[in-house]
Amino acid sequence: MSLALKLAGRNLFHDRLRFIATVIGIVFSIVLVTVQLGLYLGFGRMVTTMIDHASGDLWIIPAGTKCFEDPSLLDERKRFQALAVDGVVDAAPVVIGFADWKMANGGTTPVFVIGSELRGAVLAPWNVVAGSVEDLSIPNAVAVDQSYFDRLGVNGLGDAAEIRNQRIEVAAVTKGIRSFTTTPYVFTTLDRARAYTGISAAKATYFLVHVAPQADIERVRRGVRAALTDVEVLTTAEFRDRSRAFWLFDTGAGAALFAGALLGVIVGTIIVAQTLYSSTKDHINEFATLRAIGSSASYIHKVIIWQALLNAVVGFAFAASIGSAIVQMTAETALPILVTPALTIGLFLLTVLMCVVSAIAAIMKVTRIDPAMVFTR
Amino acid sequence: MTETVLEASNVVQVLGSGAGQVQALKGVNLSLKCGELTLLMGPSGSGKTTLLSVLGCMLTPTQGTVRVRGHSTEGAGPEDLARLRRDHVGFVFQSYHLFPTLTALDNVRLVLDVRGERWRAAIKRAKNALASVGLAHKIKAYPRELSGGEQQRVAIARAIVGNPSAILADEPTAALDSENGHAIMDVLAHIARDPSRSVLVVTHDPRIVPFADRIVRIEDGCIVGEERRGGEGRVAEERGADEKRSVADERARVQRKWAQG
Repeated sequence: MSLALKLAGRNLFHDRLRFIATVIGIVFSIVLVTVQLGLYLGFGRMVTTMIDHASGDLWIIPAGTKCFEDPSLLDERKRFQALAVDGVVDAAPVVIGFADWKMANGGTTPVFVIGSELRGAVLAPWNVVAGSVEDLSIPNAVAVDQSYFDRLGVNGLGDAAEIRNQRIEVAAVTKGIRSFTTTPYVFTTLDRARAYTGISAAKATYFLVHVAPQADIERVRRGVRAALTDVEVLTTAEFRDRSRAFWLFDTGAGAALFAGALLGVIVGTIIVAQTLYSSTKDHINEFATLRAIGSSASYIHKVIIWQALLNAVVGFAFAASIGSAIVQMTAETALPILVTPALTIGLFLLTVLMCVVSAIAAIMKVTRIDPAMVFTR
Repeated sequence: MTETVLEASNVVQVLGSGAGQVQALKGVNLSLKCGELTLLMGPSGSGKTTLLSVLGCMLTPTQGTVRVRGHSTEGAGPEDLARLRRDHVGFVFQSYHLFPTLTALDNVRLVLDVRGERWRAAIKRAKNALASVGLAHKIKAYPRELSGGEQQRVAIARAIVGNPSAILADEPTAALDSENGHAIMDVLAHIARDPSRSVLVVTHDPRIVPFADRIVRIEDGCIVGEERRGGEGRVAEERGADEKRSVADERARVQRKWAQG
């Protein structure tokens, strides 16, 4: 075992109270960053969940649409124009819009209606835990998520309510399709969605284009763009990015989350820097002795960097455990914290970077050390 | 002819700046030769420690030159000086400066670790060094578990483990009682018998004069006297009839004590 590592470990564990304080600082910092970035990822995934679950190659959207929830409308004629483009197999309409859900007990709550043709399951509900997507073909049938039962005043399949004075009945129940706006999603057929949202039968919010298997998507997109005016034609990835960018950055939500994460990093860096510096000061005689017996500056830096890395590893281990518990706790909430393997690796590297940067002040201190001080102490 | 290990020529050392500037060494000439134990004696503030720092390549002289095994420290940067110390100089300090969180073995091994020596070979050499100062049975002990004399012997083992040409000791007996002080000096005198090494001991302690081959006196930054001693028999003679215990007797007694653990 390298003595630099052993010395670093002994220096750290020698003063247990300071070591615990350092680890707590790192844990607080990294948990804060985990929560902020986990929320960012969770939010980013949530705002695109409908786009992610839609089947189609290209989206025809009203020009200037900022996100999936943007309720501008397209004329149905554009659908036929799109269908006439070479390589287009289908251009399935999707209707979205807000409506008031009137509960059987008389209360009302806003809902977000999503309608599409059941044929081809363009944007059908998923994670169906009761009933089935096919059951939506039953007159008045809708699908809702079980997490919103209380909000909607229903208990499960067969329960009734009203939207726009039209009787509806829960025919399918999903699990985990939650809205970041907290407004419950209601899935139904295209025609009924139009009826519930007051959209004309000649209008739709989007057309989801299916391209022929052998066709070049980019070429088809150029063809659709040329054939249609006042629309944008985006790939699924582009629409996802646009929606995410709108909710995360245009609304300032992402910036707030990043600011929180940055604050965590700054606080963590300061805490680790402060404790590493004071630890180095306490061991200054030892570092001077090392220098006196001929160690290079890089050897001493190695000892301090090892201290920083040990701090990072121990701190991250605790932070990851706490972060994991928080992820579990928020899994069923309206805005779950999402921690991906890439984020975990990124957080570990961030912890290491934070601790190594924190070592700079300590390294500067020992770099100026005078080995001759060993004669006077 | 005996080989010179360390050589200071016309060394002037100015410390501090502005109104607080002090000329700590004023043209010092001194050479340390192999197989010699030299005592550097002088009153407080005479420049002993500054001279030790200069000879030990911790400071570069303001004027003059210092050569270590022929390598000049002139124009050397901190890393060059560290390399010279690493390769040629071993230190023994008044307050030992052992690492409290490392065992005796690791304290000694540290010198070899900073040189990048492989740990298995380093452990073997460190054990040998500790055995040579009578501490083979204490390799796993931490400094807090050792007496002052034992700690200083660990420090000596640390100083010699890298096989340096010069051992520089700063008041090595100051924190020890008479018995342990003699034991430490005995070890240093034994080391100085090695024809490839020189030992310089800075001291106030007149009790260790008998161990010296040579005594250099410094006052006010200048070497003011130098005396060569004729060995242990002469030491006993000089100390007079009332102080008959010779260094050899002392060594035998200390060795018996070590042997008893």
